[in-house]
Amino acid sequence: MRKRIGFFICHCGINIAGTVDVSKVSEELSKYPGVIHSEDYIYMCSDPGQSRMIEAIKEKKLDKVVIACCSPTLHETTFRNAAKVAGINSFQCEIANVREQCSWVHKDMKKATTKAIKISKAAIERARLNESLEPISVPVTRRALVIGGGISGIQSALDLANSGYEVILVERSPSIGGHMIQLSETFPTLDCSQCIMTPKMVEVSKHPKIKLLTYSEIQEVAGYIGNFKVKILKKPTYVNPDKCTLCDECTKVCPVAVPNEFELGLTRRRAIYIPFPQAIPATYTLDINNCPGLFPIACGKCADVCEPGAIDFDMKPEILEEEVGSIIVSTGYDLYGKEEMAEYGYGKYEDVLDGLQFERLLSASGPTMGKILRPSDHKEPKEVVFIQCVGSRDPELHCAYCSKICCMYTAKHAMLYKHHVYDGQPYVFYIDIRSGGKDYEEFVQRAIEEDGVIYLRGKVSKIFQEGDKIKVWGVDTLSGKDIEIDADMVVLAMAMRPSEGASELAKKLKIALDKDGFLAEAHPKLRPVESLTSGMFLAGAAQAPKDIPEAVAQASGAAVKAVNILSQDRLYHSPTIATVNLTLCTGCGMCVDVCAYEAIKLEEGKAVVNEVLCEGCGTCSATCLRAAIKVKNVTPLQVHEMIKVALGG
Amino acid sequence: MEEKFEPKIIAFLCKWCSSAGSDLAGVSRMKYPPNVVPITVMCSGSISTNYILSAFKDGADGVLVSGCHPGDCHYIKGNYYARRRITLVKELLEFIGIEPERFQMSWVSAAEGAKYTEIIKDFVKELEPLGPQNKLRSNL
Repeated sequence: MRKRIGFFICHCGINIAGTVDVSKVSEELSKYPGVIHSEDYIYMCSDPGQSRMIEAIKEKKLDKVVIACCSPTLHETTFRNAAKVAGINSFQCEIANVREQCSWVHKDMKKATTKAIKISKAAIERARLNESLEPISVPVTRRALVIGGGISGIQSALDLANSGYEVILVERSPSIGGHMIQLSETFPTLDCSQCIMTPKMVEVSKHPKIKLLTYSEIQEVAGYIGNFKVKILKKPTYVNPDKCTLCDECTKVCPVAVPNEFELGLTRRRAIYIPFPQAIPATYTLDINNCPGLFPIACGKCADVCEPGAIDFDMKPEILEEEVGSIIVSTGYDLYGKEEMAEYGYGKYEDVLDGLQFERLLSASGPTMGKILRPSDHKEPKEVVFIQCVGSRDPELHCAYCSKICCMYTAKHAMLYKHHVYDGQPYVFYIDIRSGGKDYEEFVQRAIEEDGVIYLRGKVSKIFQEGDKIKVWGVDTLSGKDIEIDADMVVLAMAMRPSEGASELAKKLKIALDKDGFLAEAHPKLRPVESLTSGMFLAGAAQAPKDIPEAVAQASGAAVKAVNILSQDRLYHSPTIATVNLTLCTGCGMCVDVCAYEAIKLEEGKAVVNEVLCEGCGTCSATCLRAAIKVKNVTPLQVHEMIKVALGG
Repeated sequence: MEEKFEPKIIAFLCKWCSSAGSDLAGVSRMKYPPNVVPITVMCSGSISTNYILSAFKDGADGVLVSGCHPGDCHYIKGNYYARRRITLVKELLEFIGIEPERFQMSWVSAAEGAKYTEIIKDFVKELEPLGPQNKLRSNL
């Protein structure tokens, strides 16, 4: 049957029409075989634009339409829905991207117009051979997985659980709480971080809908939106939490002392330990990497003193298999490595600390019980230099991006230091003060005006130890003067970077990363909590540096996005999947080997595609020597026709 | 005066990384020569040897294949198959006398609009001195 194709090109105001002669494209395409309607319109995506398309389909009995407009990622759905309204199958609508891939990247109108014509003709060739398809419907597993138990993960898990959905919250360390539980007080209100965080942690642990898996890691993720299958490795803690009474006798006899991660190495912990007193779950963990004698049991002192017999050296790693409909990734951040910052003496001088270490010194439950004391000699520092943008905003050597929270926490650090050491003097070296946020600018002003923090605009050139002082050489670019400070302590506002292991996890999840290694959102403005993988969402600093309120807001946003999926009875899967020509198939099985989704099986000597598992990537089709397998609506024939017209003229 | 040679390029882009990266070049209003016509496919793994040969046969002076970075494939490992296939195709093309510069493979992520722009600019510059590709062309 002869095809009746309609062609529409959008001006997009001047976005397309400014560089592409749209009336010429429309005229040229009106002469193209099969095209019986061709027009240009100022905004095809507008209601009147869509109506014109619908009317044309009905009046001229069109059976296929091609819209030359912006990227299909933006309006393909709009036009496919409109095509459906007009009574044709939505897969009979194709998009020619003449904006992002043409008008916006070229200047020469004549050449851009010629290219737009080629792109449009290629889309017509594709449409000409498109099959009408109906979405494949699949059931939804109404549970969610949240990866990462910091404030973002906790917020997402609580929001989901309070919406009535079961949640599995996976955290790799022995307790939930993330970095927020390490903080002393939070800007700009100076709320005690633990005081506002622990109620949420307790709520998680008591919530009937939340299954908490700490000391656990994601091992494998398979499946697709609505139906993910996840393998979770639960590492042995060698302590039975049901028996452990938190008596703390075990740590008294453990002979091992290693740097305490929770205190950022400011103190040491035993091989058997509880990360911090309010840890959730409230139990001890035996750190197998540092225990001297687990296999064979050479020490066993902890087990000897454990009255309830909670220590179980025979505990084994477990692999748990869970099915979920949606996944939220909130793996948070780490500070930029000290090994990268040798020029500031970090890692070399004991009294040069990073921001998180200083938080621990400020914390009432920290190693100094809230007293500010130098790690080297436990004396109260009288002059403290805070340096901002350490590793941030340094495209040549370190991270190009702004870590966003450092201006605020440095102001907080300097202010809290002054509250602890009345006769002390805090100095802050800064490049700019970025205090956008509710009550943030007022907070910085308060630090300067009420607490007498001296802000010096400039960078520090050198830090070195001289006697018991740390010499800080810098420049104040406002006065033009060189600055030399004999400091007792230096605090570096290190850049935030994605947490260790985030990229490996992203690979397992098939989530893209951005150029800095943070998890990439689906659209920087309009889809900031979605990943590019459907059914997976992002929350917190895993996506970009952000402060607590932003992380919490994004976490709630991600939870709602997950509810969008979990609240459905069925989901619809794209029908553009692989299909086998049984006459041509020889049953060689090469397609079976290359399929990443195990969607193809050999049955009675022929390849058979599982239509739910197939994602339509087409690797099978490029591998098949007999051209017996192809993906619907991106067939080799379609691509060959597209190539021909793309090179024509 | 003889007209300046304008190489014709077909760029096979995977939908998730390279086509999105090329969209980002547009969104960021970067500029590159209009010699390239993109054909978006689902995955670089679906780009068969035939597509590349077809493009040369139909008159392409250069062919670009671009996919997600190794390890970042939206379809897990399609780009690894693409990489293997492309290595072979490169050798085949060289064997039959097509200058290796005419066929390129690149990894462009959805965040790399600038990289895509540079790749196209460089590709056009490299093709200009080679002149038209007539070896495989069937429509001379």
